[in-house]
Amino acid sequence: MIALEERLAVALAELILDPAAPPARHIAVGAASPIPAAACWLVAKRGHPVRLSLLHKRSGNPFTEGSRELFDLTGQGRIDLFFLGGGQIDGQANLNLLGTGAWPGGTVRFPGSFGSAFMYFMCPRTILFREEHSPRVLVDRVAHISAPGLSPPDVFRRGTAQALVTGRCVFSFDAERGRFRLQSLHPGETAAGVRAATGFDYDEATEVPGTPDPTEADLALLRGPIRAEMMETYPAFCARVFDRKAAA
Amino acid sequence: MITIEAMAASVPDGAMLALPPDNSLPSVALAKALVRRGVRNLRLLGVPVSGFATDLLIGAGCVAEVQSSAVSLGEAGFAPRFSAAIRAGSIVMRDATCPAIHAMLQAAEKGVPFMPLRGLIGSDILLHRPDWKIVQNPLSDVPDRIVLLPALSPDIAAFHAVMADRDGNVWLGRRRECATLAHASRRVLVTVERFFDGNLLEDERLAPGTISGTYVEAVALAERGAHPVALLDEYSFDAEYVATYARAAQTQAGFDDWCAREVFGRAVAA
Repeated sequence: MIALEERLAVALAELILDPAAPPARHIAVGAASPIPAAACWLVAKRGHPVRLSLLHKRSGNPFTEGSRELFDLTGQGRIDLFFLGGGQIDGQANLNLLGTGAWPGGTVRFPGSFGSAFMYFMCPRTILFREEHSPRVLVDRVAHISAPGLSPPDVFRRGTAQALVTGRCVFSFDAERGRFRLQSLHPGETAAGVRAATGFDYDEATEVPGTPDPTEADLALLRGPIRAEMMETYPAFCARVFDRKAAA
Repeated sequence: MITIEAMAASVPDGAMLALPPDNSLPSVALAKALVRRGVRNLRLLGVPVSGFATDLLIGAGCVAEVQSSAVSLGEAGFAPRFSAAIRAGSIVMRDATCPAIHAMLQAAEKGVPFMPLRGLIGSDILLHRPDWKIVQNPLSDVPDRIVLLPALSPDIAAFHAVMADRDGNVWLGRRRECATLAHASRRVLVTVERFFDGNLLEDERLAPGTISGTYVEAVALAERGAHPVALLDEYSFDAEYVATYARAAQTQAGFDDWCAREVFGRAVAA
């Protein structure tokens, strides 16, 4: 049995390796991101030369100036790819990590923007990831913009969203048009079902392919060496996703 | 070297108190001592985000304002007393974004009035920060808007380190962003696990992870003073303790019981 988390990690790995996207030589992974971290490890363990900087790694943390060093590296253009999520994400790839209702979150307060209002501009590409795919998360227009998906020409910006991966599907993002496009459907999902669960409008081909299944080789990497790498930082995640023999 | 209660007593009501987040040496021991002292109207600065100690201080009614890029308990979820205080409107929230906090402290460290930062333009955070200004890049011939952030000198910075020596030098290990915080702040209060016999700056291997006693006003001994947060390779994150807190603090009454037990050491009727 393949866990959804394993499928999502493999889908993210395929996006990292997308030959049409700018090269990912140095990837940083921020707080509480076990599935993106697993995807990065998968790229590395498949043998691709990539440097991973995992902000929340306790032993052997790559930064000796804390998160300040991550932002300085990114400011210089030395981080090629970052992952961001959002309490809300809209059809123009705007992110809301702040909250809903009256500023700064009178109805629901999310934790806050973290570094999104900088990273989203300064990385050549960002992969958006949010497992919950529902109309309350994927909205037509975010209540507050913590980081905009697009910027005018007089604002320095290296890149924007490459794609949005959810628990139901993969969307690609067309920055020229400022629109998402349904790229692939995870097993058990239909185009109509995704449409109903999505609060923003997007483009869609007449035939939408399925998100490919993880290969046996990828599953072996995830459940073996990648689990071992992630155990210290994400013990609960590793136990839930990779140690399911008792539950299976 | 002073006691932690004396250290807490030296923090005046209304001070801007800068705290590092849960992955970078917060002094939870000092936060608990501040709750016991009954400090009021603190203006907390998350460097660059806020965690357990901030939620604790908010729950105990010690906080008037939070400036931070996020307030969260990490894997244990949203910070419950912070969220409740935002809903109730009982604290002022000044949202920032992580590198902006670092940049404001770096400006103070250098003694310059502001630091420019990319990004931010188009974020609603900027609309709510009248102290952050957009200017045309004066060195560019083409339209290029950029944000200027004012220097920020917190009244007090507090963190928990592994060790300090008798000269007030403090060893941070690789968490050297706390050095920038120390350089930028008017006063620096540090709790430590233990004292180091000798001078940290005379050891070539320890010196790069050390901040000079020049910046440090006082050091207090607090064993396991970061708990439940991890401290370098000394001890790991106590996820169960934080999860228990997160459940209890869903309500003010639950928080009060937790606080009586864990901060004041009182037996609480079951």
